Amino acid sequence: MLIVQQILNGLMLGSIYVGVAVAFTLTIGILNFLNFTIPVLFMLSGMIGWSLSFYGLPFGLSEPLGWLTSLGIGVFCAVVASLIVERFTYRYFKAKHGDATEHAIPLVSSLGFLLIFEYMVLIAHGSDSRGFHTPFADLNWRFDGLVISIPQFISLFVSLAIVAGLSILLTRTKLGRALRATAENPDAAVLMGIEVNRIVPVVFVLTGLFCGLAGALFAINYSEVSPYMGDQVGTKAIAGMVLGGLGSVWGAIAGGLIVGLTETLSIYFFGATSAQVTVWGLLLVLLLFRPQGLFGHNAIGKGKF
Amino acid sequence: MSGYMSGLIAILGINVIFAYGIYVTAAAGQLNLGGAGFQAIGAYACALLSATYGISIFWTLVFSTLVGAAIGFLIAFPILRTRGVYMVLATFAFAEVVVGIILNSELLGGSMGLIVSDYIEWQSILWTTIGVIIFVFYLMSTPLGLAMRAVHDDEAVATIMGVNNRAIQVGAFALGGALAGLSGALYAYYFGFVEVQYFNAFLSIFVLLYVLIGGTQTAWGPLIGATFFTLIPEALRMGEDWRFLIFGVLIVVMMIIRPEGIVTRDALDRIWLKLKPQTNDGAPNG
Repeated sequence: MLIVQQILNGLMLGSIYVGVAVAFTLTIGILNFLNFTIPVLFMLSGMIGWSLSFYGLPFGLSEPLGWLTSLGIGVFCAVVASLIVERFTYRYFKAKHGDATEHAIPLVSSLGFLLIFEYMVLIAHGSDSRGFHTPFADLNWRFDGLVISIPQFISLFVSLAIVAGLSILLTRTKLGRALRATAENPDAAVLMGIEVNRIVPVVFVLTGLFCGLAGALFAINYSEVSPYMGDQVGTKAIAGMVLGGLGSVWGAIAGGLIVGLTETLSIYFFGATSAQVTVWGLLLVLLLFRPQGLFGHNAIGKGKF
Repeated sequence: MSGYMSGLIAILGINVIFAYGIYVTAAAGQLNLGGAGFQAIGAYACALLSATYGISIFWTLVFSTLVGAAIGFLIAFPILRTRGVYMVLATFAFAEVVVGIILNSELLGGSMGLIVSDYIEWQSILWTTIGVIIFVFYLMSTPLGLAMRAVHDDEAVATIMGVNNRAIQVGAFALGGALAGLSGALYAYYFGFVEVQYFNAFLSIFVLLYVLIGGTQTAWGPLIGATFFTLIPEALRMGEDWRFLIFGVLIVVMMIIRPEGIVTRDALDRIWLKLKPQTNDGAPNG
């Protein structure tokens, strides 16, 4: 029974990774841009949500509603931060150098933003973890010795719903077709009458949204936020994205869940510090035998920096 | 010389050698985001050799460098199967695995770290650094350096011109591993203690930034980049957090002003032209 519990926990943890991994895979798949600000967007959403509910909202909302509003504003801030990053990394270099993806420039610039956001939060709140409790009393289902936390269950559901929504957006709508055309060939997309400059911010809004939601779900699941929460989750999400294959949304889901499972099971069987070796070792081995990942296309992400 | 100044020079020297370790692969067109892994290998090789076998400092440094080179050589074959973003992520994964193995190893002290029994003065680090700088400058001026540049600019054309792509890239990884290993060994000796928490993802990111912001076109790049970003935080006397915030702002601004790095071939040519006497520029008088 314990092992079933571990598998459940692994899937729940994986569902957090899924949100972040989808954000990574989207920017790489469409813009060929490894966006290193994604871990801090995740962290910003959680930390801003916490600080709003800790210091109190201006409107004096009652508990469950105020808590939900704080989380919502946190997610919104992540989207805004993502748009700021777009303005000063991707759009700027695209305008100046034509094809920004030819250079490592946006990547380096996004590392700069990673430091800026991370240390802004550290200066404001210090490096301690903060308890961020849900206003509800007991949130667990118990049956037959198994414990399923309702927020974790909801987050698994929300993650899958987000990705299903994204999948529909990409395959069924006009915007999705424009996004896929941009991913395929930005120059040809312009010739086909797609306003690429207006499409790119959409990608960053989606990125901010996914990271923000994942951050909020993390806060709900673990009742704790810290300025460093993005580092671990972000790197594991990268592992999940690569496992699934760059640019593949369903690959990101599978990869995120696999990483979550591997991590939990490895901690269960081999002890707390073993997860780093198993997760990254698995990734390294996979890259050697199947460099495009489980579901990835051959062409994505291979262009020179 | 005050303890503060000598400490600063030692850190600067270690960072410069480390940056050159990443630079040689970048100069051959490969981004290595696993710097911390290679440096950790050198540092732990040094700590283990000096503590367990009691070899002299010089030979420990040589062996640590060789261990770094060997690992760089071996890991180059699998890593070179990947390209672009995948390579960045594969090197990153490599560093995480190295750190993970150290963390789980009894022999290497796990999360407790290892104590290094010997100690070197900052002068030795300074001389080693100068040696490495001269070596890399010389390397980049040889036909081998030219071949690395060719592979960096266009692999297909380099192959057509008879450059052995694979040998150059594997060699670059081996040399990069050697230099990063050397910097790790110097680090271990100077600080007398190695712990795995130091070799984290941020270290890999920082050292890659030194190189990319300094510029990968010439051997001046990593020297200027590492110096700039080691000294600037010292000059800005403020809290640790503010330093990194300003570091981040500098990176963003730097990429806007000089996207190819601080030092570019073009900029060097212009400076060179200005320094030369006017009659040498080939234009007839009047």
